[in-house]
Amino acid sequence: MSLIFAAAEPAFVPPLILLDICLLALLVVVAFSIVRMRSLFGIVMLQGVYSLVSAAWFVTLDAVDVAFTEAAVGAGVSTVLMLSAMLLADRKSTPVPMRRQFGALAVVILAGAAMLYAVGDMPAFGDVNSPANTYVGMDFMAKTAEEIKIPNVVTAVLASYRGYDTFGEVVVIFSAGLGVLLLLGLNGNAGRWIARPNGQMLNDHSAPSAALSEDGRTPEQIAEGAS
Amino acid sequence: MSDPQNSPENPLGRDPHVLLRVISKFLIPLIALFAFYVQFHGDYGPGGGFQAGVILAASVILYALVFGLTEAKRAFPPRLIRYGMTLGVLLYGGTGVVNFILGGEFLNYSNLAHDASHGQHYGILAVELGVLVTVTTVMIAIFYAFGSRQPETSDEDW
Repeated sequence: MSLIFAAAEPAFVPPLILLDICLLALLVVVAFSIVRMRSLFGIVMLQGVYSLVSAAWFVTLDAVDVAFTEAAVGAGVSTVLMLSAMLLADRKSTPVPMRRQFGALAVVILAGAAMLYAVGDMPAFGDVNSPANTYVGMDFMAKTAEEIKIPNVVTAVLASYRGYDTFGEVVVIFSAGLGVLLLLGLNGNAGRWIARPNGQMLNDHSAPSAALSEDGRTPEQIAEGAS
Repeated sequence: MSDPQNSPENPLGRDPHVLLRVISKFLIPLIALFAFYVQFHGDYGPGGGFQAGVILAASVILYALVFGLTEAKRAFPPRLIRYGMTLGVLLYGGTGVVNFILGGEFLNYSNLAHDASHGQHYGILAVELGVLVTVTTVMIAIFYAFGSRQPETSDEDW
């Protein structure tokens, strides 16, 4: 009896790995149903599900802060943004004919094969000799306790050792917001603007059209002429 | 959202989203509180300005989804966005410039206090605060910009 157990022991799979496999399988299922779906509302919702499942997967990998970000950005904010973009466009996607999908299939197969080929060169999970666990990474781990004296090395690296990078990231986010403000505006108030020239209130309905004021008259003169 | 009491598609006169409204009214302060926990506990546990900013923005966005965009704009006025976006970047860069003036290098916080590690603490706190302000306001700005561009969704659209 003990012989059988001894033989079976190397094949024992820890439950955490089972959980990882389940989550990854769920990701594949969700991805395929996104591909097969036509209703854009369902696709947006499933993308949120995909983000949430990958956030759970990040938690099992002990990357809790990445999981935070994925849950808040991927499942929360970007789902809402996709929904509001969908409301501006169509609710259903038009089916693409089969013969136009072969090119995309070839690209996907090539990229997937290249990734599978690269898997062999990747260091094992938690490998001591992997690039992340040697050189400068180890220096950060050793020096944070004496130089910065905070327990979270990620924060120390992000805000202090790599402060320039993070400053760049903040500027990137700032310029993204600036671009959106310049292109779309905050209120999206096309047709709902109000102007108060010389104390008189004008909106989209009461304002004179551009064709009327081509002769150079002010709105008051037009109003007088009309009355 | 139209007035739920008198809408024609809702003859019972009841708010169909009452559960949603009550629960999110309970949850939104907790989400915002969690954002601040993530922000100020970032030195000790996982988290930081980016995560906290996104969570804080998500609480405002949830409020806008449930109670309507006009209500959300009363709670978080759009004019705050312009100030917040720039203030965050300036706070980050300004911390670096202060180090400059105090005789250190740009973004080396060791000179901010008598003890070098205390200076690092203050610097990280200021810098993360800048990240929080910028990320929150930019996320809300993007949501306002997209969400304001169409009339409110009616119930049968879903």
